[in-house]
Amino acid sequence: MERHFQRELESLKTSLIKMGSVVEENIALAIRSVMENNQELALKVIESDTRVDALEIEIDNAIVDLLALQQPVASDLRFILAALKINNDLERIGDHAVNIAQAAQVLCSLPNVELMDEIPKMVEITRTMLKDAIDSFILLDPVKARIVLKTDDQIDDLNRIVIRKVIELLKSNKQTAECGLELSLVSRNLERVADLATNIAEEVIFHTQARVVKHHAEDKEH
Amino acid sequence: MNTFVIETKHLDLFYDSFQALTDINLNIEEKKITALIGPSGCGKSTLLRVFNRMNDLIDGVRITGDVNVLGDNIFTPETDLIALRQKIGMVFQRPNPFPLSVYENIAFGLKIHRNQSKKEFTDIVKESLKSVILWDDLKDRLDNSALKLSLEQQQRLCIARVLTMKPQIILMDEPCSALDPIATLRIEELMQELKKNYTIVIVTHNMQQAARASDNTAFLYLGELVEYGETKHIYSSPKEKRTEDYLTGRFG
Repeated sequence: MERHFQRELESLKTSLIKMGSVVEENIALAIRSVMENNQELALKVIESDTRVDALEIEIDNAIVDLLALQQPVASDLRFILAALKINNDLERIGDHAVNIAQAAQVLCSLPNVELMDEIPKMVEITRTMLKDAIDSFILLDPVKARIVLKTDDQIDDLNRIVIRKVIELLKSNKQTAECGLELSLVSRNLERVADLATNIAEEVIFHTQARVVKHHAEDKEH
Repeated sequence: MNTFVIETKHLDLFYDSFQALTDINLNIEEKKITALIGPSGCGKSTLLRVFNRMNDLIDGVRITGDVNVLGDNIFTPETDLIALRQKIGMVFQRPNPFPLSVYENIAFGLKIHRNQSKKEFTDIVKESLKSVILWDDLKDRLDNSALKLSLEQQQRLCIARVLTMKPQIILMDEPCSALDPIATLRIEELMQELKKNYTIVIVTHNMQQAARASDNTAFLYLGELVEYGETKHIYSSPKEKRTEDYLTGRFG
């Protein structure tokens, strides 16, 4: 007999998947708005964020109800705790999509904007990390989640290179200062999205394997 | 270091040809509350009744393996059952006060087992009732019939009656199943007080009660001990799939 509670857990998961797809789409659009110098796409991302915020509150409320009424235990409890954190992570990723879109709006108004080579690389890796993190949650696949954890260092390295190049740019040519600042914001926001994708992957591992892997907890065990 | 007051090794129990417990290896920690949980018929009450040899009263019961209580094997011809049951008190599902006064209920066991003065009796009655937080309510009604008390008070009285024997271990078989939720919570609070001085083993159908009230949990299924560990671990990250399925209501 399938319990009513099980159906509610499924419904919570479906809501999170929906939120994940909206956020993934917003990140994709925000990135395109930077790469293609497209004001319209940037505006679309900024407007869509209210939907992400509304979904976050809807999911939070569903979680409060489940905790208060069903007193979940074992993997159900871990799933709900993971869902609570993933919900928050996705909402934050949505905010970073808005930040990137706002940077794109400024960049659109500037002449001769040149992206560093590292930015398209960061874009590709971040989008893959986010997709894998969300897929690992949909499939409850800890193996996929661990791939996300391993990739995060690459983004951190690329972000450092971009920031260094921006500093060089600021020193060499004052006219490109505004462009440099906006590009560093894009880089910094991509780096934060990668961090949050990592958090989601960590929550998937906590739910599926009852293992805490955040803050390199496993390394400290050895 | 953990001290174990009950240890079972390769314990098997049969009711005639039916095997009710299979290869139970369980160590009960001193001054902790251990909950035995599992679906109906899993053997949890049978196991509880092994510890004070109450199963001896049932025809056709056969037990193999070792059970040590406070260091002594309790299945030897020399085992003194009366002494054993003084060391291990038991509280049952339905409160079962004798049809006597409150005072007589508490003093009953003392009269059988010990030769003490009236003054000593009264002191022990007072101390026992205080331990179960009944003294203030009942001190002016000690001569009233125990059967007139509320169910919760009756259950507290039965626990007080057990305490007069100065046991080291208290077995509780579904002690709250006849009580309402508020009375249940108060008995659980009392258990937390009692564990400062006693080891408690409780059988419960109420999984949330086991989660709230116990330090360790043993999950039994079809006569086997499937998983045993700290309650907080069992309820957040059980290792065995059968425990997981039972706790999350996927079977049982």
